[in-house]
Amino acid sequence: MPVLRVRGLTKRFPGVTANSDVDLTLHRGEILCLLGENGAGKSTLMNIVFGLYQPDEGQIEVQGHPVAFSSSADAIASGIGMVHQHFQLIPVMTVAENVVLGKESRRGPFLDIDKARAEVRELSRRYGLDVDPDAIVGDLSVGAQQRVELVKALYRDADILILDEPTAVLTPQEVVEFFDVVRSLVESGKSVIFITHKLREVLAVADTVVIMRAGKVVAAMPASGATEQSLATSMVGREVGFEVTKGLAAPGQVVLAVRDLQVADDRGHTTVRGLELEVRSGEILGIAGVEGNGQRELVEALAGMRTPLAGSVEILGHDTTGWSPRRVEMLGVGHVPEDRAKHGLVGTYPITDNLVLNRYHRRQFSRRFLLDRAAMTRNANDLIQRFDVRTPSPHVLAGTLSGGNQQKIVMARELSGDLRLLLVAQPTRGLDVGSIEFIHRQVVERRDAGVAVLLVSAELDEILSLADRVGVLYRGTLAAVMDRADATREKIGLLMAGGGEVA
Amino acid sequence: MSSPSPQPKPPRRSLLETYFRLAPVTVPLYAILVACLAGSLFILGAGANPLVAYGALLDGALGSPDRIASTVARSTPFIIGALAVALGFKAGLFNIGAEGQLLLGALTAAWVGTWSWLAGTPPLLAVPFVLVAGVVGGMVWGFIPGVLKARTGAHEVITTIMLNAIALGIASFLITSRDPALLIDDRASTPHTREVAASVRLPTLVEGTGLHLGIVLALALCAATWFVLQRTTPGFEIRTVGVSREAARYAGMRVDRTVIVVMTASGALAGIAGAAEVIGSGSGYLTPGAFTNIGFDSIAIALLARGNPLAVVPAALLWGALLSGAPLMQVEADLSVNLVRIVQALIILFVAADAIIRLLFRIRAPRGVDVGEPAVFARGWGG
Amino acid sequence: MSTTTTERDEAPKLTPARPRSTRTNNLGIFFLMLGACVLWVSGRVPVEDVTLVFGLGDLAPRLPIDPPNAVLAIGLLYLVAGSVALAKRWTGRYATVALVAAAVLFVPLILILSVSLGTASQTNLLPLLTEALRLSTPIALGALAGLWCERAGVVNIGIEGMMLASAGVGFTFYALVGGAAGGGWLIAAVLVSVAVGGLLGLLHAALCVTFRTDQIISGVAINLLAIGITSFLRRQVLLPLGVGTGVTLGAVEIPLLSSIPVVGEALFTGKPIFLTMFVIFVLTHLALFRTPWGLRVRAVGEKPHAAETLGINVIRTRYQSVVLGGLIAGLAGAWFTLETVGSFEDLMTNGTGFIALAALIFGKWRPWPAFGGALLFGFASALGSRIQLLGVEVSGFPVPSQFLQALPYVVTIVVLAGAIGRAVPPAADGVPYEPSR
Repeated sequence: MPVLRVRGLTKRFPGVTANSDVDLTLHRGEILCLLGENGAGKSTLMNIVFGLYQPDEGQIEVQGHPVAFSSSADAIASGIGMVHQHFQLIPVMTVAENVVLGKESRRGPFLDIDKARAEVRELSRRYGLDVDPDAIVGDLSVGAQQRVELVKALYRDADILILDEPTAVLTPQEVVEFFDVVRSLVESGKSVIFITHKLREVLAVADTVVIMRAGKVVAAMPASGATEQSLATSMVGREVGFEVTKGLAAPGQVVLAVRDLQVADDRGHTTVRGLELEVRSGEILGIAGVEGNGQRELVEALAGMRTPLAGSVEILGHDTTGWSPRRVEMLGVGHVPEDRAKHGLVGTYPITDNLVLNRYHRRQFSRRFLLDRAAMTRNANDLIQRFDVRTPSPHVLAGTLSGGNQQKIVMARELSGDLRLLLVAQPTRGLDVGSIEFIHRQVVERRDAGVAVLLVSAELDEILSLADRVGVLYRGTLAAVMDRADATREKIGLLMAGGGEVA
Repeated sequence: MSSPSPQPKPPRRSLLETYFRLAPVTVPLYAILVACLAGSLFILGAGANPLVAYGALLDGALGSPDRIASTVARSTPFIIGALAVALGFKAGLFNIGAEGQLLLGALTAAWVGTWSWLAGTPPLLAVPFVLVAGVVGGMVWGFIPGVLKARTGAHEVITTIMLNAIALGIASFLITSRDPALLIDDRASTPHTREVAASVRLPTLVEGTGLHLGIVLALALCAATWFVLQRTTPGFEIRTVGVSREAARYAGMRVDRTVIVVMTASGALAGIAGAAEVIGSGSGYLTPGAFTNIGFDSIAIALLARGNPLAVVPAALLWGALLSGAPLMQVEADLSVNLVRIVQALIILFVAADAIIRLLFRIRAPRGVDVGEPAVFARGWGG
Repeated sequence: MSTTTTERDEAPKLTPARPRSTRTNNLGIFFLMLGACVLWVSGRVPVEDVTLVFGLGDLAPRLPIDPPNAVLAIGLLYLVAGSVALAKRWTGRYATVALVAAAVLFVPLILILSVSLGTASQTNLLPLLTEALRLSTPIALGALAGLWCERAGVVNIGIEGMMLASAGVGFTFYALVGGAAGGGWLIAAVLVSVAVGGLLGLLHAALCVTFRTDQIISGVAINLLAIGITSFLRRQVLLPLGVGTGVTLGAVEIPLLSSIPVVGEALFTGKPIFLTMFVIFVLTHLALFRTPWGLRVRAVGEKPHAAETLGINVIRTRYQSVVLGGLIAGLAGAWFTLETVGSFEDLMTNGTGFIALAALIFGKWRPWPAFGGALLFGFASALGSRIQLLGVEVSGFPVPSQFLQALPYVVTIVVLAGAIGRAVPPAADGVPYEPSR
């Protein structure tokens, strides 16, 4: 008897059907990978199984009994635990408090925190998940936080564990360790559903693969016969090229030179510690590295959004250290920020306004403090066409566009004008394959036109397919910079985890 | 994380669609309706007839040309005051200090207006001079919370409320102090400032109603504010800072400077309102208790107008009408004038909780269409 | 966007190298300048006999002071404190100690100056302390009300309105139904006040949690509603009844402790609401930090979605918390009419609700530090009254009463601006909660 069975599940949101007649079966001791590109409906499906969403149609059976979850409390009571892609932990509380929240051990009317700590230690020992019950969660590393999430699920006696994109924030080394943990959990009788969009992982760990596309299940099969190519084709529905066709780079002058840069984050910690790099025109320097090694602060410092503590930034011969974003941008620098919704766009503004968000003061869009709306509209129409943005009009609010179209707007804006240096951070996070391909093409086109490109990405595949030279950011410095030809996945993975030579 | 995007259909202009698009107007109207209905519960509770009460209210406000003029006169300081608050909203700031800023503007005007050399100056020069004095007074009182917010993060809700109280204290002291005598009119029986010079007065538009040129000033300021916000680059910056500080930072805008500028400008507007009242109203002097509630009401009106500089005008007129008609309602329906305050509060409540109204009247916001500024003005203490 | 902070397990925390002006530096500079002013003033203080008394009765210790020397000494101490604060790098924790000591010294400084510049020759510190405690009651209760709301993630600037409404409605009940007869009717009226506070809390919760209104607007609406309703009640009901200043709740003596000579009677007798305040503080601390429910409340205020995934009913928890806050605000309202004044005036809360919020921020959303903030404001009020009592004159003119009344408000601004530093509210404070569907 399968531990979990989903039949004919359908879930509709206004304007889109996220899941359509989905069937899924999970057996005891099985690792099932739920594969699909961003937006295929995998997370929605699992959120329904976990009780956070209510299905419109369909049935769920746990251990053979039909269930109807009105909240995640019900799902937890049925033995289902979920670790979300974005951890649901409370940073200011301790590990023990986070673990027992909602199922607190009591002593009379009071919270028995000692018992909680003891239980955390016990679970930690039993499953080999090393966590300190008294640590403040906000201070923990990502890997540690993930372990806390697992302990949290196990504390509630979860038999079925749902893991949503668990490896997104891990180094290749940590991913291997993580798979070991998953296998040992399965050996002790748990069943695991593993949501991912990374083909490599599916092949590494799955027993069964279920592939979703546009809300439907398009394939369900044992993992043993599959290849990356076959999986990718099912996932996207057409042949997918893995490498962007690009010619050789023809690097010219040094456009960006960074020396001994030190930058602090919002909490005052120095996350960029003495970084040096150079980017020439006509080349793409790809910076690999798991999030949290200083990427955000580095890019913000280069773009002028953050003042460095020490060191220097030189762009096109000018010392731009400490310059405001406006001055930097005037030199011909484009900045595609890693958080496009927060920084790159204003959701309640129309596309026209978003396309001039950081250049409205230029003479082509305004004269003597007066905005030239006609010019803005012309500009918008032009860019919408060139960048193939799907929208009925340039006056539509940017917040209503899909993620891919939103990113196209940002790119359209940053790539237009007299571009000399392009700073691009996590450009394809959460986007569908079509948009990813488009954006990659745009970046390569610019490179070929002589623009210097600094690409910062946590997706190793993206770096490997786009970069001419590869650097690895680890704890605020570049662990190494090498030519693409010398960059292998293993080498980079090692550097991302802190091993290897220091540049 | 992105949802798959089907090609959006081009919008059809059906009647229903138009109904939805008018939501920014219909929702407040419905809110007023519901508030009046809820208010009648209070009226009944007090033992009066709601129809008589509301009838008297309308009659008192709009019953004759003179009364209409009176209502408009009443509304004038509210228009400018609400404009001041609305400007703050656009930058994401909650300027509750309109009252204090208005008072300081009035004080400054009342003081400057008594300067001896102004008496001989032609009104064309004297009036703007006094108005500018009012602007300066209000600006100072707006600058303080602005700079505190920008530099220290002190939330403007609390600092402006405190400054309101302090302004009241300052006004009370300056006006009533006899020993030393500062602004007080020695010959007066009840304490008030000295009367401003005749050359400084705003011309009256309709005799006996108190309607003065200030209304023209108010309308002009509304139009100017709207223009600046929608059509100029500083306006773009202000709006962006109000909607998303992070995006503003990315776009190279100077957030701190914008905060200070907007608070100061907001104070300046409130200052003009105060000054115009002093030199426009019949008496030409300031009493210690004057203008209480104009400040707080301005906030309510700005909320009703959803922060839109143009919508402030009808909203303020509504407010003025309610207050104008209240005395007649008191006479004819034997109800305290404070009932009108309850109705006003209920209006705010229902406008703020527009979700309730939308639910009641089944108005949904259509996707992709501009339904006006979002209903969330300020976010917690994060600024 | 994920908020997971991401440092590798073994990464050491580096301290920032930037020389930013911090709260300690600002206060250090402030006290240096103040010290200089005080030294200058000490030369101009009239040489009189001043006695500081502490306590009631003949056994109370009396301290004769020579004003110019005393003021000089305090001025020097301020210079020292300011320097210690600026040298925080080397003095460490002592910097904070120095600043607190300097703040405390402010009180005797003002008193000495006031007495010497005024008509009296002595002043008693103990009544000042008790008065400060007493005056801090509504502020402290208001801060607690705000604490419960904000810890659950709901900003509540309508505390002022809640206080005002409960004060007005409670007193109207007392006058109308109880005929202002004292005794049991007073207690009943207090309960009515508390209930009104709870009702308004329910309204705020409904608006903010269910209808997802902007929380600040909801607070403003409640304030306006309170003003409207209470003025209406006063004109329509109270004035016709002709109820004047009446009976208030009687003082209660704590057995044993109040018999301590010198200080006992002053510190350990008090009116019921005042004493209840301390009980509520203890209960709040226990409930919020030691019970499972308190843990959930805090979780809901930090990251409601995380709580939701653990099966916690966020909406219900927020409702509970906000209503509780409303009930406490209602008690604060009762303090005004039923414990202190004995009648109801328009707008009698006078900004207390907002000062309470400042106290809450000052206390960084923790109960006992918030009480410290409330006490600070209470002191400011009490000092203001005391200065007036002492008939202080500066350059021949009496200090205007308005300035003294404005003292608490000025202190509020100074506290907010200078002393907050980086006070971090609960992470989800002010953010409307969208449940998954």
